[in-house]
Amino acid sequence: MHFGPHLLLAALEGLVTSAVLALTALGLSLVFGVMRVVNVAHGEFFMLGAVLAWAISTAISGHPALSFLAALVLAPLIVGLIALVSERLVLRRLNYNPEATIVATIGMLYIIQQLALTFYGPEARPVEPPFSYRILLPWFGYSGYKLSIIAASALLLVATWFVLTRTKIGLVMRATQYDSETAQAFGIPVDRVYAGVFALGAMLAAVAAVLIVPISQAHYLMGQDPLLLSFIVVIIGGLGSLRGTVVAAVLIGLSDGIISVFFSPTLAKIIATLLVAMVLVFRPQGLFGTASR
Amino acid sequence: MTDKNGFFDLSKTGLTRRTALKGLAAGAGLAVAPGFVRYSQAQSSAPIKIGFQSHRTGIGAAYGRWYERTTAAAVKAINEAGGINGRPVEVIIEDDGTDPGRGAEVVGKFATQHKTDIVYGTLFSHVVIGSAPAAGEAKMPYFVVSEGHHVASTKLNRYVFQPGITDVKSQIQAMAPWIAANAGKKVTQIFPDFAFGYDHRDYLPPALKAQGAEVIAQIAIPPTESSFTKYFPQIPAETEVIYHVMVGPAVLTFVKELGEFYGSNRPQLFGFIDSLEATDINSPGLEFLDGSHFWEGSPRYAQPDDSAAQKAYRAAVGIDDNGAAVGDPKDVSTAAHMFGCWETLYVVKKAMEDAGYKGPEDRAKLVEATEALTEFAEGPEHPQGPKTFNGKIHQCFGIQNISKVEGGRLNVVHKTKIEDGLYEPEGDYTTQPL
Repeated sequence: MHFGPHLLLAALEGLVTSAVLALTALGLSLVFGVMRVVNVAHGEFFMLGAVLAWAISTAISGHPALSFLAALVLAPLIVGLIALVSERLVLRRLNYNPEATIVATIGMLYIIQQLALTFYGPEARPVEPPFSYRILLPWFGYSGYKLSIIAASALLLVATWFVLTRTKIGLVMRATQYDSETAQAFGIPVDRVYAGVFALGAMLAAVAAVLIVPISQAHYLMGQDPLLLSFIVVIIGGLGSLRGTVVAAVLIGLSDGIISVFFSPTLAKIIATLLVAMVLVFRPQGLFGTASR
Repeated sequence: MTDKNGFFDLSKTGLTRRTALKGLAAGAGLAVAPGFVRYSQAQSSAPIKIGFQSHRTGIGAAYGRWYERTTAAAVKAINEAGGINGRPVEVIIEDDGTDPGRGAEVVGKFATQHKTDIVYGTLFSHVVIGSAPAAGEAKMPYFVVSEGHHVASTKLNRYVFQPGITDVKSQIQAMAPWIAANAGKKVTQIFPDFAFGYDHRDYLPPALKAQGAEVIAQIAIPPTESSFTKYFPQIPAETEVIYHVMVGPAVLTFVKELGEFYGSNRPQLFGFIDSLEATDINSPGLEFLDGSHFWEGSPRYAQPDDSAAQKAYRAAVGIDDNGAAVGDPKDVSTAAHMFGCWETLYVVKKAMEDAGYKGPEDRAKLVEATEALTEFAEGPEHPQGPKTFNGKIHQCFGIQNISKVEGGRLNVVHKTKIEDGLYEPEGDYTTQPL
């Protein structure tokens, strides 16, 4: 294959990775930014989204587009509910203590993973894509559904940005992030904001998983890679920065796509991790993060 | 010290001759009670314990599920026919998570905790290679159903056997002439980046070269990979045949993405059914496979010339004519590999009977008796076909099937002969001490 088409394919693959990664990492970044909680179980919410998408799309018969749409709406809602319950039962009782919540979310990771193994099983199960249009380029074919993931993710990112910057809910969230004690003094129910943010973070991961599952199948161990990559993205972009998260996701996704197409996927992971180390050394607050006061 | 209280003076403790006799009688009664009798015969009627190292979780889970079903069916058949040496067979299952480290632990657990007679059933080659030293150390006969060349390479140890399924090196050698003659001369290989894949990487090029064909590119993919399109540009444009063998939970994605990449304008495809084992070939997105060819150890779909033994085996395991579980057409079996479980258990039975196996103290005798086996005739115990066994390299050799995807099913179009897959042994396990 010639260089041009080769690069095009690499860029397309990279953009799909970026799209999913941006959503997942944004969830992680929100939870950290507002609550100062490092959610190690974030990847499991991603996995739950995919597993539930499978369950919902098999339960609903009819056109694949219909069942997929149902999964796209219902799966994140259910995952959000689960996150809400676990926030009430676990994180709140630990007073959101940064060290304790890390250990607690590690525990949640294993509990969710093993419950998925028990009730869903160890198999990888496919979810039918809502449509299977194959785009025929002169050099190779490409899945139309994959391109639609990029569009869907961009839409969702814009929606999240709108909520955060143009609505009252967003204002309350930003106030809590900026200074939770003062926010509380001004009558903001910080406690409920925390619960909402944790649920929203999990829902973003779940949406990303529902989008990706028709091309990669649901499996109980699928949460590990997204977790690692999300951490990389969040550290590079700057914790709590929406813009930084999106830029870093596109950067990591594209470099992952291009390096793994031209060289090897392992090298892509090595470079991403090296980048994290460099950022931590030279700009610990991340590319777009603000230094802590 | 004096016996102040008279503990040692029978006349003072009231133990009369009558009570002493009663006690004796009770003891004798116990000895003839049913429980006591069974205990005294434990040597001959306690069950033979087979430790089954199963891939219940991890990337081999689909195989694990079907290996367990096949094993249960074979053990049921063996027990109904009187067991082994008149003793029933009991299978104890431990999950190895398809992980080599865990695999070695499981072998240790069978040896020390469950005290099984043998260990059996492993598929994934990295788990076999990781567990074999533990089996050798515990002097535990270890019967694998793995397909890899590691046993026959004589790089493991004297306690490891593969008597139920042909190894990859032999499979490749047997099929290379057909590939070169029917599919094409310029071959690109796609294989998983671990032991099993390396067997394909190492043995296909020489086998094809001998037939006047060549491997022009080799693409290794990590077995846990979930997206594959990025590897496909490495396939050279002049490729006539893509030879693919993939494993793991994402095999369906692999084949789908290959279809998206090429569409109908594809090179010839020759795959190991591993790329689609436990996956319905009529899944949406797989239409482009029509007309392509697959290796199958044992055919997934019932064939018109199936023997009575093959039919009986399929019924016993519970798979329908499409190779899916009876009653659940979505639960597709791993038919191309799992027959090896059935056949291995019958080899174990034969070897234990030849050795007059009584218990763990006879494990060395069992090893020697297995090494002495040479041939397995086709029949109810070996439904996949006849096999020969080389005791020096602990490996059996059987026939291979090449099947074509036609009308949404796999039809066998070519069967190799046992002789096609024979090669010079690379070593001799029997020279190792027991």
